[in-house]
Amino acid sequence: MDNAQLLISGLANGCVYGLIALGFVLIYKATEAVNFAQGDFMMLGAFVTIGLTNTQYMGLPFWLALPISLGIMGALGYLLDRLIIRRLFGESQTAVVILTIALGFVIRFVAGLIWGHEPQTLQNPLAGKEARFGGLVLGMEDVAVIVVTILLTGALYVFFSRTKLGLAMQGASQNQLAAYYMGIPVKRVQGFIWALAGVVAGIAGILFAAKGAVDPTTGLLGIKAFAAAVIGGFGSLPGALAGGLIVGVIEPFSSRYIAAGYSQVAPYALLLAVLIFRPNGLFSQVRVKKV
Amino acid sequence: MRIVFKTNYMQDIRPWKDRYQLSLYLILLAVVAAAPWWLDAFYLGELTNVLIWAIAGLGLMILTGHTGQVSLGHAAFLAFGCYANIALIEAGVPFLIAFPLAGILTGIAGVTVAIPALWLHGIYLAIFTMALSILMDDIIVLSEPITGGVAGKYVGGVEIFGHLVDRWGTPDQFFWLVLIVTVLVTLGYINLLRAPLGRSFIAVRDSEVSAQAMGIDIARTKMISFALSCAVTGWAGALMGLFAGAFNNETFSVLISIQLLMMIVIGGLGSIHGAFLGAIVIGFLPQFLSISKEYAGALFGGNTVAIPGLEFGIFGMILIAFILFEPMGLYGRWLKIRTWFELFPFYRKDMFKRQKSYLRTERLR
Repeated sequence: MDNAQLLISGLANGCVYGLIALGFVLIYKATEAVNFAQGDFMMLGAFVTIGLTNTQYMGLPFWLALPISLGIMGALGYLLDRLIIRRLFGESQTAVVILTIALGFVIRFVAGLIWGHEPQTLQNPLAGKEARFGGLVLGMEDVAVIVVTILLTGALYVFFSRTKLGLAMQGASQNQLAAYYMGIPVKRVQGFIWALAGVVAGIAGILFAAKGAVDPTTGLLGIKAFAAAVIGGFGSLPGALAGGLIVGVIEPFSSRYIAAGYSQVAPYALLLAVLIFRPNGLFSQVRVKKV
Repeated sequence: MRIVFKTNYMQDIRPWKDRYQLSLYLILLAVVAAAPWWLDAFYLGELTNVLIWAIAGLGLMILTGHTGQVSLGHAAFLAFGCYANIALIEAGVPFLIAFPLAGILTGIAGVTVAIPALWLHGIYLAIFTMALSILMDDIIVLSEPITGGVAGKYVGGVEIFGHLVDRWGTPDQFFWLVLIVTVLVTLGYINLLRAPLGRSFIAVRDSEVSAQAMGIDIARTKMISFALSCAVTGWAGALMGLFAGAFNNETFSVLISIQLLMMIVIGGLGSIHGAFLGAIVIGFLPQFLSISKEYAGALFGGNTVAIPGLEFGIFGMILIAFILFEPMGLYGRWLKIRTWFELFPFYRKDMFKRQKSYLRTERLR
């Protein structure tokens, strides 16, 4: 029973990693760039919602604040692309990587200025409620995290593989020039994907803030989400979720069964192992082109 | 406008363009070497710090600037060099042997890392090295008998020919020690770039396919680049340890790795000058911020509370501005200004225009 409890809490944590990893994968799938600031985006999403909802700030009702903060995050993502990332169009991917790292620093700094450095939690209607399945006791937040993550991953997967816009995004990343020839507005597609990544980061942030406290350094969690995205194979949405779940589940189990000091190494060791032995992730997207 | 007449093929591969340029650099070296006489103790310490960062920047520049492999984990090699140096000294090896050996050991560690990293490209390599840098923290804690774990290590001075060189006791000598290492590393770097090996680094950076077509063994080149880069970084780490005097597992965090990469981007990727210019920015930014905060406090009524994260926030903004407006860094800006004067009035706006390329996925090959 203990193990089942560990498993569930690991899954809930893993879903948050998976959600951040989804943000990485979205942007990677559509622009071949990696947004190193995705974790900080999540932190920002959490703080925007806290700023709207919590009583010491604006004190809006939760269900009203939810769409507003997601809208703000989407707008921020779009503006980021419009004002900054789009200027790097046609430059090397390394430039985007370094730019987003710098952006992470700036976001952390600004969030610290506005909301302070104390850990804060989101006041939400699910707080403190419990769900019981047999002998298992689950916080309602954990249940919400798991359900929302699975729904979101499914929706995004369908979006990318079935809709015209989703296919256009994949095309834009696989070969920009060919995408232009086919009449895909590559730049507009990129703007849309950054907005979408902002919304996903917002959702991840809200779920994370409902589960536990956030402070400006929470964004560094993004590094664990990297492990998730790499394990799942960058570029695969279900892979990102699976990678997140693997990392999330490994953490509580290793801290329980492996000697202290070695346990926090586990996710990174797994990351290195995957990179060494299966460089394209467990859900590889690389196919050798046949001539 | 100065025109260099070339009368000899050797002039193209000589480390300096002409005597004028050579004499400029010699004057600069003389002025810096005389720093203990025209700088007070505090700023001499800062200058030493800048030089150490410059060595570390040169180390990363070999890998990232000239071979095109982005590493977000060089703090791990800083740490390795630092601990290797101290461990050797504590084992009774004299400093003059321990110090080069620390660099060589770091180079070997770098090659060990490079072997699995060889088939990782761009972003994957960056993530790989970043994970390595995070793991280094735990590795240092776990190998406590050598590293002192969380409690860390303290170093006094080091003995060179029976003479004690110490950061606090004899800052002048320590500065000269760092300066000598800097000059040696820089000369080595200049010569590397003249040699076939350095040229093959640049070829690999610019196009792996073309490099292969020219008969360059890519895996071998990358491995040597890793080794050289890590060795130089290891020396920087050893000096950093001596400079700090005390260090533990958190001294060389992943943030240092990121800072190092940002430093060479600000300075200018792919140039030796870039490492030095970036180090100057990194070294003096905290001082500059605290001084300007004092001024602002005096102007707007005594509000000098420390703002946490200010340094990194400002640093991030500077970096974003550089990537957007001057991707070639400070050295690139200097080149443009110099060319403007040299060619006056024939400078054109598009002289330094960068080639843009359409993106293709790395996933489908």
